[in-house]
Amino acid sequence: MDSRALDPGIAARRPEAAAGPAPDRRPALILGGMALLLALLAAVWMLQGLGPGNRGFILGLRATKLAALVTVAVAVGVSTILFQTVAANRVLTPSIMGFDALYVLLQTVLVITLGGAGLVGLPPGAKFLAEIAVMSALAATLFGTLLLRGARDVPRMILTGVILGVLFRSVSGFLGRIMDPNEFAVVQSVSFASFNRVDATLLPLAMAVTALAVALAWRMSARLDVLALGRDPAVSLGLAHRGVTLAVLALVAVLVSVSTALVGPVAFFGLIVAGLAHGLMRTAAHAVLLPAAGLSAAILLVGGQWLFERQLGQAATLSVVVEFAGGLFFLYLLLKGRIR
Amino acid sequence: MIQIDQVSHQIGGTPILHDISTTLPKGRLTALIGPNGAGKSTLLRLIGRLEPLQAGRITVAGHDVATTPTDRLARVMAILGQQTAIASRLRLSELVAFGRWPHHKGRPGPADRARVTQALEAFALAPLAHRFLDEVSGGQAQRAHIAMAFAQDTDWLLLDEPLNNLDMAHARALMSRLRALVDHAGRSVAMVVHEINYAAAWADHVIAMKDGRVIAEGPAAEVLTEALLSDLYDAPIRVGQHLGRPLVLHHV
Repeated sequence: MDSRALDPGIAARRPEAAAGPAPDRRPALILGGMALLLALLAAVWMLQGLGPGNRGFILGLRATKLAALVTVAVAVGVSTILFQTVAANRVLTPSIMGFDALYVLLQTVLVITLGGAGLVGLPPGAKFLAEIAVMSALAATLFGTLLLRGARDVPRMILTGVILGVLFRSVSGFLGRIMDPNEFAVVQSVSFASFNRVDATLLPLAMAVTALAVALAWRMSARLDVLALGRDPAVSLGLAHRGVTLAVLALVAVLVSVSTALVGPVAFFGLIVAGLAHGLMRTAAHAVLLPAAGLSAAILLVGGQWLFERQLGQAATLSVVVEFAGGLFFLYLLLKGRIR
Repeated sequence: MIQIDQVSHQIGGTPILHDISTTLPKGRLTALIGPNGAGKSTLLRLIGRLEPLQAGRITVAGHDVATTPTDRLARVMAILGQQTAIASRLRLSELVAFGRWPHHKGRPGPADRARVTQALEAFALAPLAHRFLDEVSGGQAQRAHIAMAFAQDTDWLLLDEPLNNLDMAHARALMSRLRALVDHAGRSVAMVVHEINYAAAWADHVIAMKDGRVIAEGPAAEVLTEALLSDLYDAPIRVGQHLGRPLVLHHV
């Protein structure tokens, strides 16, 4: 029996909640404010201390980096929200479940089989697209099976995901040990997160792929809202639960591939961003959550990188700070009992 | 009418249902009763395509649940399972509004909003509409889930133990509302009930299940007899009469 039903304190505790609906303009205002802040940061990033000489070169360099940071941020933010919806869990992120480890493993296996020279010889665009396709298929198969079979057993699902992540990393590590040092250098660039070293050759393609994936996710936002209710209510409301789950996982895989290819794995960044988006927007509507996650991620990355690169003179590394703060946030969520 | 033909089901190698064939009549309030583990919920979940059918065939108002597109089925029947924990942070009004999703697919119109308001009022949730689900009691959340199924506005309403967490007054109000749906709106309701007197007082048709088999079905007065109930629950149970309906004295 539920003893709270008889507790008058429940009704008295939150008198303001009954006062009326939150005005519908609030999400739009916050999103607008975030977009403005991002635009401001981008302007500072581009124009700060710009001297008279070599303007074109400096602006080009800065623009490339800015575009890369924003692309990675949007990919991480949106993929984390998508994954949390499909897993019905606020603590899991694609990285915690081993998505980026899978991408690194895929890279390592490619280098082993084709050889470092062969890999570098491939046209980078076609190779990248092929990797994304393979990655989506693998992720949908692997995590689709996991989520569709074991969704009702959340602890088992988390354990399996974490162990899969460790497995992927260990196999990559093992292959890295037995591989030629020159070839290992090719793999190494995707194995560690760095916001300073961005693979610029892939950037236009990565931006296009991200834009496409985000647009698809945005178009699915009404269905994502239903998916977030959990399997039983979603099926009862006539959502093609299996199909939508697999499609979302494929989108997550695409976005994780993009961010990992550009800067390497960022484990806890998505968690901060998704937490921020949920906390700021206080709504379950994906039409609002997805842009909020993308924008807050972009603000954090561009702002953070600006701080470390221009103000602190590279005294620390953004990726390390992001991971540290994200790790603390993860522990906080765990201790607050939000894991379920 | 819901037609169930030779349905068998296993979960993890354990047989749950054995070759069940029965019908749930249209325009009636049907109660599924039986001891724990009889397979009532599994049968209801199979009808509501929450579990994939392993053997046999089920049709709801002529729609085969295995082959009819799921969004088509969502406009024929609404099912409320027992697991109602939701991870996202929703207001009660937002949850109930999801009941209209099969009809508008993400673009609610004025008619949808009117139905949601109506559902909130029908379950006395209007004063709580702007509260979050995790800020209301279990019984209030349960009523919100039922209101969502109600707002779905389907000919068939399938409810798995909807009386869970409800106090006496709300349980009776729910039964009376379901009764009105059947009598005045031409709907059909099927529900799993544990408190057997709710079936005795409100149901037209009772299906009694035990160990994955249907052991009796028919009008409430014919099924809820001392002999049958004592056999069903493996315990001596006395049945009295109250206002012309059976009154099961299972607690004494």
